[in-house]
Amino acid sequence: MFGFDETPRRPYADYQGWVYDEDPAQLRKKSAEAEWFFRRTGITFNVYGQEEAAERLIPFDVVPRIISGREWSRLARGIEQRVRAINAFLHDIYHRQEILRAGRIPEELIAQNDAFLPKMIGVAPPGNVYTHIVGVDIVRTGEDDFFVLEDNARTPSGVSYMLENRETMLQMFPELFTRIPVRPVSLYPESLRRSLAACAPSACTDKPVIAVLTPGIHNSAYFEHAFLADQMGAELVEGSDIRIVDGRVAMRTTHGYVPIDVLYRRVDDDYLDPLNFNPDSMLGVPGIMDVYRSGGITIANAPGTGIADDKAIYSYMPEIVRFYTGEDAILQNVPTWRCSEPDSLAYVLDHLEELVVKEVHGSGGYGLLVGPTSTKRERAQFAKKLKARPGNYIAQPTLSLSTVPILTKKGLAPRHVDLRPFVLVSPGGIDITPGGLTRVALKEGSLVVNSSQGGGTKDTWVLDE
Amino acid sequence: MMLGKTAGGLFWMNRYLERSENITRLIDAGFRIALTRSASAKTEWESVVATTGAQAAFEERHDEYTAQAVLDFLLRDKANPSSVMSSIEAARNNARLVRTALTREVWEATNECWMTLKTLLQRPLRERDLPNVMGVIRQQSALVRGAMHGTMLRNDIYDFARIGNFIERADNTARILDVKYYVLLPSVAHVGSALDNVQWETILRSVSAHRSYRWLNGGDVNPVDIADFLILDRRMPRSLAFCVSKIADNLNYLADDYGCRHPCHELIDSMDTRLRENSIGSILESGLHEFLIDFIRDNAALGSQIEWDYRFNG
Repeated sequence: MFGFDETPRRPYADYQGWVYDEDPAQLRKKSAEAEWFFRRTGITFNVYGQEEAAERLIPFDVVPRIISGREWSRLARGIEQRVRAINAFLHDIYHRQEILRAGRIPEELIAQNDAFLPKMIGVAPPGNVYTHIVGVDIVRTGEDDFFVLEDNARTPSGVSYMLENRETMLQMFPELFTRIPVRPVSLYPESLRRSLAACAPSACTDKPVIAVLTPGIHNSAYFEHAFLADQMGAELVEGSDIRIVDGRVAMRTTHGYVPIDVLYRRVDDDYLDPLNFNPDSMLGVPGIMDVYRSGGITIANAPGTGIADDKAIYSYMPEIVRFYTGEDAILQNVPTWRCSEPDSLAYVLDHLEELVVKEVHGSGGYGLLVGPTSTKRERAQFAKKLKARPGNYIAQPTLSLSTVPILTKKGLAPRHVDLRPFVLVSPGGIDITPGGLTRVALKEGSLVVNSSQGGGTKDTWVLDE
Repeated sequence: MMLGKTAGGLFWMNRYLERSENITRLIDAGFRIALTRSASAKTEWESVVATTGAQAAFEERHDEYTAQAVLDFLLRDKANPSSVMSSIEAARNNARLVRTALTREVWEATNECWMTLKTLLQRPLRERDLPNVMGVIRQQSALVRGAMHGTMLRNDIYDFARIGNFIERADNTARILDVKYYVLLPSVAHVGSALDNVQWETILRSVSAHRSYRWLNGGDVNPVDIADFLILDRRMPRSLAFCVSKIADNLNYLADDYGCRHPCHELIDSMDTRLRENSIGSILESGLHEFLIDFIRDNAALGSQIEWDYRFNG
């Protein structure tokens, strides 16, 4: 909230006027109310490896994160550019591979990458859209310095929190919304439905039937799967509800099998089709890839999009943006050392104390080393892993992430945040909901915002100005 | 259009909700008799457990039918799949599964019911906590029922929910009668003896019908009228005839809606006809116990047939 020179930043001016008149005890009471609201609504997540008691809440902070209209429009342009490039890259990489022929990225990075699906070579996804839904993780380090941390082009989650956080704020502080013009986020489910329907496959002759594929009620994001299906008026299906009937993917209804046109799948590529990928999967639909390739169904996101958000590919993103759009990237990339390169590995080993080292395929904040907060022993152990499999790691400098106030027992206090805006891609264009999911590291000084590691969330306001 | 799995989830969600209410009612009736006639308390508790069909499971875990053991087993034991807590948890899990078919009100009421009971039944109960606990359970399930009634569309979603309700309820009433059928038989009746009066009263209380029975019959409590009331009276919302006619209604709505009749429609029609054409005299004459056993079996078969006809499980 305070600028990089300790004065309140302009977008927060109106909010500050309000919050300084509020009784902190009242605000804390509201906080408790919000928790009850989340529990009753069932906005919980399961923590892997814990017993069923672990139906947990992601802590919600009642102080909004506020972004000005100007800041947002620049961000949105940068995101749109990046997402456009990602789709062009995916199309290219599964067809002519011109970026490889041009020598802009090394061939082995694709050929030897688990996220590259040879089964997708030559496949034309309906509407030529690969990433129907993208959640770009962004951090800010200065007034105009936005960095992309990750592109999340597979099955990004968290959008239900964007929507429910706003819903909660509207119920708790209606007066704020009459005072401050905040752009709405509530259109997202309808936009998602329309954007999925616009990508219906050639086999679809009527109003497209949309279904959300979930791994089931034990999945950590089950609430979100049910929420989105509910809000879109789509069916929520599991692998056991679907099978291939007459060359279409069909779901078992109370009166027979009905074909699905667009499947918004929330299971990973690996589990999607036991016949074509992981044979042990119980979550997917045997044979769905064959239907997909013959144009019988749209899968969102398309299989194989992981090659675009792989952490090793990430370091080439500025190059990729330039190659496909002819422009320089509006949003910066965090400088990245690829430990597969001997010089970089040597540098990283020498500077472990200052760097964040991540697994190339890791997610959720697991398996990473945060140099500045690590102990000598942790660094020594990590160095061993690093030397054993250098290709498995990348390293980045620790950024001085921007902070936003949260409500603590001692009043307002700054904490580090990131931002995940949600992007919808359809043949008609790219739609970015103004706002997104702000994740916040609740521990003082911490830079890790993942909910599995003690992070919380906030409502994100984009001012209508 | 509805997924078969969703139909199954709605059916079971409502069976479990109904079951938790029925068990609460049985405990209420058992508790009352235990308070008024301590000499027969143990046999009463035993028959309460028998009615829930969990006698074997109980005896594996407890030596004696004490109030404490039975209350624990029926209210909060997770190892007992029919305990109130297990039933509410199963209802809530099914509700999560069919979240997209429920209104926000129904889902939240169900979720809140589960959260409240989880806290309420966390620790073993003392007898003196019971009235309060029973009150909360009754209130919470009433809220779920009210949300269902007040906010759900009357379409196939509602039909499957109601069918689950009434199949469970019919099963429950039939079991209550069967566990106690001997006290209703005229042949062994010491009519008017104090013991039988209490037994009959308990039966009526287990189906929340002691007041309504009196409205209809005045002070004359006798076994034939009780049996008639619980089996054949169509005004009584827990009688077998009432439940069967409701199931028939809902199955017929589904047939109209989907334009298709199934073997389950034949089953329900014949169950309905048999009850319509029967009288309490002929039921008692040809054997109350046999009649109830047949009914319980037919009702279970009907449930499986519906499950099959509407593709609950593939």
